[in-house]
Amino acid sequence: MRTWGPLKWKILVKSKDGDFMDKERSPSQSPRSSAAAVAGGAPFLSISVTDPVKMGTGVQAYISYRVITKTNLPEFEGPEKIVIRRYSDFEWLHARLAEKYKGIFIPPLPEKNAVEKFRFSKEFIELRRQALDLFINRIASHPELKQSEDLRTFLQADEEQRMDRARSYETGIFKKPSDFLQMFKDVQSKVSDVVLGKEKPVEESTPEYEKLKNYIFELENHLAEAQKQAFRLVKRHRELGQSLADFGKAIKLLGACEGDLMEKVFSEVGSKSEMLSIKLQREADNLLFNFEEPLKDYVRAVQSIKLKVGSEEATKRFEHIVRLMNEELARFQEQKTADIGLAFHEFAKGQAKLAKDIADAWRSILPKLEACSTS
Amino acid sequence: MSSTAGRRRRRPSMATWRASSPSPPSTPPSPPPSTRSSPPPLPPPRRLALLSSRSSPPAPCPPPPSSIRPPTLTSPAPAPTPSPRAPPPSPHSSFASLKRSARAASSEYEHITVSDPETEAESAATSLVPGSALLHPTSLRRGDGQPTQVRRRFRDFVTLADRLAEAFRGHFVPPRPDKNTVESQVMQRDEFVAQRRAALQRYLWRLAEHPSIGPSDELRVFLQAEGKMPLPGSTDVASRMLDGAARLPRQLLGEETVAAPQDVVQPAKGGRDLLRLFKELKQSMVTDWAGVKPPLVEEDREFLEKKQKLQEWEQQLTSASQQAEALVKAQQDMGDTMGALGLAFIKLTKFETEEAMYDSQRIRAADSKCIATAAVKASRACRDLNAQTVNYLDTLHDHLSIMLSVHTAFADRASALLTVQTLMSDLASLQSRIEKLEAAASKIFGGDRARLRKVEELKETIRATEDAKFCALREYERIKENNRSELHRLDRERKEDFLEMLKGFVTSQVLASTLHCSIAFSGMVLEISVAINLASTAAVVLCTCYARLY
Repeated sequence: MRTWGPLKWKILVKSKDGDFMDKERSPSQSPRSSAAAVAGGAPFLSISVTDPVKMGTGVQAYISYRVITKTNLPEFEGPEKIVIRRYSDFEWLHARLAEKYKGIFIPPLPEKNAVEKFRFSKEFIELRRQALDLFINRIASHPELKQSEDLRTFLQADEEQRMDRARSYETGIFKKPSDFLQMFKDVQSKVSDVVLGKEKPVEESTPEYEKLKNYIFELENHLAEAQKQAFRLVKRHRELGQSLADFGKAIKLLGACEGDLMEKVFSEVGSKSEMLSIKLQREADNLLFNFEEPLKDYVRAVQSIKLKVGSEEATKRFEHIVRLMNEELARFQEQKTADIGLAFHEFAKGQAKLAKDIADAWRSILPKLEACSTS
Repeated sequence: MSSTAGRRRRRPSMATWRASSPSPPSTPPSPPPSTRSSPPPLPPPRRLALLSSRSSPPAPCPPPPSSIRPPTLTSPAPAPTPSPRAPPPSPHSSFASLKRSARAASSEYEHITVSDPETEAESAATSLVPGSALLHPTSLRRGDGQPTQVRRRFRDFVTLADRLAEAFRGHFVPPRPDKNTVESQVMQRDEFVAQRRAALQRYLWRLAEHPSIGPSDELRVFLQAEGKMPLPGSTDVASRMLDGAARLPRQLLGEETVAAPQDVVQPAKGGRDLLRLFKELKQSMVTDWAGVKPPLVEEDREFLEKKQKLQEWEQQLTSASQQAEALVKAQQDMGDTMGALGLAFIKLTKFETEEAMYDSQRIRAADSKCIATAAVKASRACRDLNAQTVNYLDTLHDHLSIMLSVHTAFADRASALLTVQTLMSDLASLQSRIEKLEAAASKIFGGDRARLRKVEELKETIRATEDAKFCALREYERIKENNRSELHRLDRERKEDFLEMLKGFVTSQVLASTLHCSIAFSGMVLEISVAINLASTAAVVLCTCYARLY
C-alpha cells in the first residue's frame, strides 16, 4: 500500500527572541497517517528530528539532534525510541541506502558544508533540521526503504555503540575503517579508469534512457535558476524592509524640525514605515522557509537523480534500471508536484497577506493626511 | 558673519536621481490639461547607478513647439529583466504638474518647454562641451495668443542666472543646473543632453513660479527676445582682476577713495574695486578673528533663530533624501528580482510542458505558469509604484536645492552688512584723522594751510562716504526685508509641498499594495482548483488549504 502523501512544510513563527517555534507538528504527521493511527491497529511509523543543540567548542563544535521514533511496527524495539544523532550520522544512513538500493531515488540530504560563520546561525540550524526531518520521513514513507535494516539501526542504536564513535575519530557513530577503505578503492578504480582511457562508451543506452538523462539535466538547470531567483527575492524583502525602517526614522526626524501639526503627520508616516519594515522581515523569513527551501529541496533531489542516471554503472545496467526508474520517477513526479504546489501556495499566500497588511497600514493614516491639508 | 560662504555649497546628487526617474504610471492626472503641457519625454527607467550603458536610450524625440498640448501618457510596458528594454518615449511624469498646481496656475507663464537641442559647429576653444547644443526654450506668457520660441545656449542660461542673482539679492533665487563638465564626459552624450534639457526646463519653471522673478524683465527678455541673448554677459574673473588692478594705484594714491554710491549696492566680490574688496576683508577679519565688536551687528533675533532651525532642517533633509534614494533602489531591485523569478518560472513551465511524460508534470507546469504570471504582473506593478515614489519623494530633492538658494540669500545679507560695517569704520577712522589734524593745526600760529586744506579734503571724503553708507544701509535693509518675506513664503510652501508629498507617497503605496494583493490572490485561487485534481491526495490538500486560509 502506498502511503506517501504531500509532505507539507510548516509555517514558522519567529518568537520575540528570535527562536523558531513550530506552529504545527512535524511534517511527517500528515493528517491521514495520524488519523489512521487513531483509528487503531493500522501500521504507522512516525519520526521527528527536533531539538538542535550545539555540542563541543571551537573547530570541533557540531549540532546534535534528537530523533524521536514512534511506531507500532513489530520490527522495531518498542513503541517509542529517542536517540541523539548528528549530521554525519544522517550522511552514513544516506550512503548505506544508496549502496543497498541502487535503483531507488534516495531522498536528498541538505548541503554538507556551509560558510563558517553561517553554520551556527539560527536560520541555518532550523533549515537544516527541517531538511533532515524531511529526509528521514521520506525514507520512512518509501515502501522499500522503510524496511531497511540500516534505517532501524539509525533510529534505535544506543549509546553502547559509542565505541564505534570513539574509533571513528568523532566523525559519526557509524563510520568504520572498512568504509574508508572502500572509499579509497572506489577512488582508485575511478582514477585508473580515467588514466587508462577506459571512459565508458555511451552508445549502449537506448534513446529512451538518453531522453531521460537530458530531461534530468535540463530540469536541474531550470530549477536551479528558479531557486536562485527565489533566494534573491528573500534578500530583496530584507533590503526593502531595512530601507523602509531607515526612511521612517529619517522622516520622523524631519518632522521634528517642523513642529506641531506637521510633526504629528510626519511621525505617523515614519512609524508606519517602521512597522511595515518588521512585516517585510517576517515575510522574508516565510519566503525562505516555505518557498525557497522547497525549491532547493527539489533541486537537491534532481541533482541526486542526475548523479544516478549519469553514472557509469547506471548506464551499464540501464535495462534493469530503467524499469525501476520509471516507477520511481512516476512516484517522484507526483510527490514533487504536491510539494511544489504547496510551496507556490505558500508563496502566493505570503505575498497576498503582506500586500494586504501594507495596504491597510497606509490606508489607515490617509484620513489624517487629508484632514491636515484642508486645515 | 563672514562672507566666505561660497555661492555654491555641495550640491545634492540630483543628477543621479533625475536620470533614473522611471516611466510614469498609466493613470492620467486629474487637473485640466490647460495648466501644463507635457514636457519632452525623459529617458526610460534604469538603475540609480550613472553607468550601465546597456540601457542607455537614444535621445527621446521632443514634442513640436506648438501651443499647449494635453499630457499624453503611454502606458509603459517594460519586459521583465534581463531583456534590454526598447524605450517607449513616455512623457516626464505629469505628476510634476499635479504638484503645486495652484502655484502653477498663478505663474506668469502658462507653459515653458525646452526642446530641440541642435548642435552648432563651434571651435572647441570656446566651449568645454564640444559642439554644444543649442536649446530652444518655448514659452507662452499668460494672456498672449501664440507661444514664442527662442534659441539659447547653455551659457546664456548661466548669464541669466548671474543677472538674476544680482537683481534679486536676498531672494531665494532657484539655482541653475550645474555646468557639470566632468560628468558630461563620463556619461553618454545623449543621456547627458537629455538630462540637461530636463534640468533646464525645471529651472525655467521654478523661475516662472517665483512671485518676484516670474514677472521680471530679465526672465521675459530671456524667454521672448528673439535673436541673440540680450542680457549683458558676465565677464570672466581674469579680466575683472585686470581692470581692478588698473584702478588700484589711483585708489591707493587717494584719488578715488570712495566707492561710488551706486557701486556699494553690489557686493564687493566679483566687482572691479579691489581696494574695497581688501577693506571689507580686513573688516571681516577684525570682526571674526580679533573679536572686535563692529559698529553694526545682526540684531534680528528672530532671523538668527530661523537660521539655526533651517540648518537643522537642512541636515535632516539631506539624510531623508538619502534614505529616499535607498528606498527607491530597494523597490526597484524588488521589481527586477520578481520579474526574473517570473521569467525563470516561465522557462520552467515551457520546459515541463514540452517534456511532460506524466500527468503530475502537467499539473505542476500549470501551477508554475500561475506563479510565473503573478510574478511578472507583480514586477510591473512594482515598477509603476516606483515611478510614483520617485516623483513624490522628489520633493525632498527640490527642497534641498531650495536650501542652496537660501544660503545664497543669507550670504547676500551678510555681505551687505559687511559693506555697511566697513563704511562705518572708514567713517570712524576718517573722523579721527580729522580730529588729529585739527588738533595739530591749531597749535601752529596763524593756522596751517596745508593741514587745513587736508582737513577740507577729508571732510569732503566724509560726506561722500556718508552718502555711500546711506546707500549701503538702505540696501542692507532691503535685503533683510527680502529675506523676511522669502522665509515667510518658504514656510508656507514647505508645508504645502511636504503634505502633498506624504499624501502622494502613502496613496501610491495603498494602490500598489492593493493591486499586489489581488494579483497574489488570483494565483492562489487557481492553485486550489488545480490541487483538487490530484486524485490520491485531494482531501488532504484541500483540508490543509482551507485551514491555511483562515
